[in-house]
Amino acid sequence: MNDMSPEKKERSKLAKWSRRGFIGAGVLAGGGLLIGVGVRPGNPIDKLAGKVATGDGEQLVNSWVKIDTNNIVTAIVPHCEMGQGAHSVLAQMLADELDAAWDKVKVMQAPADGSYVVTDTARMFLAPFTMNAADWIEPTWDGLFTQMARLADAMITGGSSSIRTTGQHSMRVAGAAARKMLVGAAAEAWSVPAGEIVTRDSTLIHEASGKSAPYSEFASAAAEQPMDQTPTLKTASEYRLMGKSKARTDIPDKITGTAEFGIDAAPEGLDLSYAAVVRPPIQGTSVASMDATRAAEMPGVLQILNMGSFVAVVADSYWQAQQAVNTIQIGWTESESPIKTMDDQFAAFAAALDDAGETGGKEAAAKGNAQDAFGKAAKTIEAEYKAPYLAHAPMEPLNCTAHFKGGKCDIWTSTQVPLMARSAVAETIGVSSEDIIIHHPYLGGAFGRRLGAEYVSMAARIAKATGYPVKMIWSREEDTQKALYRCADLNRLRAGLDDSGNIVAYDSVFTQRHDPAEACVPAMYAIPNTSVRVAEAELHLPFQAWRSVDHSQQGWFIESFIDEAAHAAGKDPLEYRLSMLKDAPRHLAVLEKVAEISEWRSPLGEGKAKGVAIVESFGTIVAEVIEVDMSSGKPKMTNIWAVCDAGYVMNPDGFRNQIEGGIVFGLTAAMYGELELVDGAIKQSNFHDYKMLRMNETPNIAVELINSGDVPVGGAGEPGLPPAAPALTNAIFAATGKRLRELPIAKQFA
Amino acid sequence: MASFTLNGQETTAEVDPAMPILWVVREKLGMNGTKFGCGIAQCGACTVHLDGQPVRSCSTPIAEAEGRAITTIEGISGPDGELSAVQKAWVSEQVPQCGYCQSGQIMSATALLRDNPQPSDEDIDAAMSGNICRCGTYTRIRRAIKVASGQLEPRSEEA
Repeated sequence: MNDMSPEKKERSKLAKWSRRGFIGAGVLAGGGLLIGVGVRPGNPIDKLAGKVATGDGEQLVNSWVKIDTNNIVTAIVPHCEMGQGAHSVLAQMLADELDAAWDKVKVMQAPADGSYVVTDTARMFLAPFTMNAADWIEPTWDGLFTQMARLADAMITGGSSSIRTTGQHSMRVAGAAARKMLVGAAAEAWSVPAGEIVTRDSTLIHEASGKSAPYSEFASAAAEQPMDQTPTLKTASEYRLMGKSKARTDIPDKITGTAEFGIDAAPEGLDLSYAAVVRPPIQGTSVASMDATRAAEMPGVLQILNMGSFVAVVADSYWQAQQAVNTIQIGWTESESPIKTMDDQFAAFAAALDDAGETGGKEAAAKGNAQDAFGKAAKTIEAEYKAPYLAHAPMEPLNCTAHFKGGKCDIWTSTQVPLMARSAVAETIGVSSEDIIIHHPYLGGAFGRRLGAEYVSMAARIAKATGYPVKMIWSREEDTQKALYRCADLNRLRAGLDDSGNIVAYDSVFTQRHDPAEACVPAMYAIPNTSVRVAEAELHLPFQAWRSVDHSQQGWFIESFIDEAAHAAGKDPLEYRLSMLKDAPRHLAVLEKVAEISEWRSPLGEGKAKGVAIVESFGTIVAEVIEVDMSSGKPKMTNIWAVCDAGYVMNPDGFRNQIEGGIVFGLTAAMYGELELVDGAIKQSNFHDYKMLRMNETPNIAVELINSGDVPVGGAGEPGLPPAAPALTNAIFAATGKRLRELPIAKQFA
Repeated sequence: MASFTLNGQETTAEVDPAMPILWVVREKLGMNGTKFGCGIAQCGACTVHLDGQPVRSCSTPIAEAEGRAITTIEGISGPDGELSAVQKAWVSEQVPQCGYCQSGQIMSATALLRDNPQPSDEDIDAAMSGNICRCGTYTRIRRAIKVASGQLEPRSEEA
């Protein structure tokens, strides 16, 4: 394990990032050289102008910003908008550096084009080891990484990364560079020193001569200016938009029903047909037999397609297609998976952990000598935790509209990975990527699910088979039962305590390690001897990153077990954690603050109890306290307090909204989330048996933010989730003495 | 053939009378604000008003709308496009995240406030618990309903 403290690691990353800022932006503009030569006829960026600046009089200043004749600044944003607010906040960051008037700023989704690969984000996903590469190797990594990002179709939205990668290293740089280009153009025209020109509210001003002009007047000339490769960025005291709770730009359309989601695709001039699909109940199997006699006679049915790995009915309306597909009798090939029930799955996990024993498996992290320390411990505690499979269940069911004509294919879909979807389609239907256009509007939720693109390929196959434009929609049942999933897992933990109850040895072994690599390590706590191990076991259901990924189960494992240690030591669980955070001042401050706002140290109300948990994920430290009322015999959540330190928050209200959402997502899973298997197939099918937390069960949530500065910006979309489940189960333990070592909770109090 | 008013307009649709209102409105009449979420009246994303009462349009056949008034999210702003009090509160409280469920949430909240201009927390629970928000914006929805009903002051932007 790297023994640098988290703060130190972050700071060393920051030093590199600020140097790399321009290179990131250059890459994002389509190659390091492009940005330097600006927008001129004949160079590649000019081709980009043809795709993104098509309006009358619009001028592309660099690949991230265009200005029209009405002085409207448009931020061209490479990340998708799936509810996290990135479109708005990325524009806020660019506009601040550009000194643009916020009421004249618009946001545009960047097209699915290789020029908009999000290199920094991709780097975090694909090669986190390069983030700490030695300085001398940096230029090489950058060059290599450009290639990697392009090869990997890295136009990705995920990992709570948009603001801290693209925002910090590209949008701000692009805004500052564009401002400098505008100033340069005005200085030339007015024959005054550039240093005498100030900018505010999308206006260039030279006070001495009394000259002023809107940005639009110099947009064309600015594009001819050299682009500063390392423009000076504002410091926090100079921010006008960053750090402010500006209203989100996407909200007005989302309250009038006019916002367009993938499922709303209505391409002009196309007469759409609709497809409903049935996939195999156990993935990896295929159609063995099919009787569609009844479906063929149903009204509106146009075609019945046996695609091998799925069956589709195409009809005049989705409703007719779904009714018809429901009547088809399908026999599927036998599954090779030996796992038929969740007991089988957990037995397979247990077998892998048994094999690993007390020291086996792959080392994920090690510090000191855990085995030795266990031998000397005054007391050892052990526990085994079980996490279930979970579905993402975004509100917008998976869907994709495809039109295949003349060897070309148009796709309309909600996706987190437009370029990967394009490559998947290219491979599936055997056409070149250049002949595929991906149109990607708003996503009706994703939470990781839309990092997969199998549904996009399915629609392309249907469109190719029919030859006419088809909108394929998955039923909620298909989405619940035949999708991609948060993994189940089994975790065995041991802690050795000394005479005073301090943890002197810690060991954890489990079977699933996906991402982020550090999620399984209780690194913030001062535990001298740690051993974290993975004993890999096969999953029956296909894996897909699910909001906060490994932190979603590891946060619960670790913070439940630390709570067990506190109780075994006879200590207050919050004070116990504080005692282990002496070397982690940011964590300490977050936990102290949540103790204060939750009145942790004050007497509790009748029948009430509180639980606490703290997890750092995606660069943000979040501590949560949940208060439960057990007086009815069932847990009723009454209050939740959360304190977050993300370093610096760009839009406090937007950040709080994400944390609130992460908490509800985490509590939904904790209370209800579970997929059971019957003969290897998922039993739950829709919201009546795969339940969601609802209004009447959601208590007050108070979120406080700490801007500790001095570190890079942390993420917002995921970090609220991991502490929610353990804070709740810890509260239930405090109230009842019942330690919950499996989820979900609700059925254990039925 | 079904005849009804849609957001005040006399409308007819040549469809199977069993076809749910949701799909008639979306696919046959081209109004996409009403959303498909579950198909079994469990999530509320498809909520519309039938003669002013909230119904789950995914599970209500168009035959039931015969001669009646359907109102969708597209029909609740003023004729000049002025936002309703509920919509304004949804903006001031910055409610939506992905926004997909919000048409249904707003339709449920609008019906609640018409019948009950000063709803209590319990009234809000009763009226809104049929609408799922997977992004988890419930606390903001509650606050927005209180803002729309004058029980709370709107949030200021710089807060």
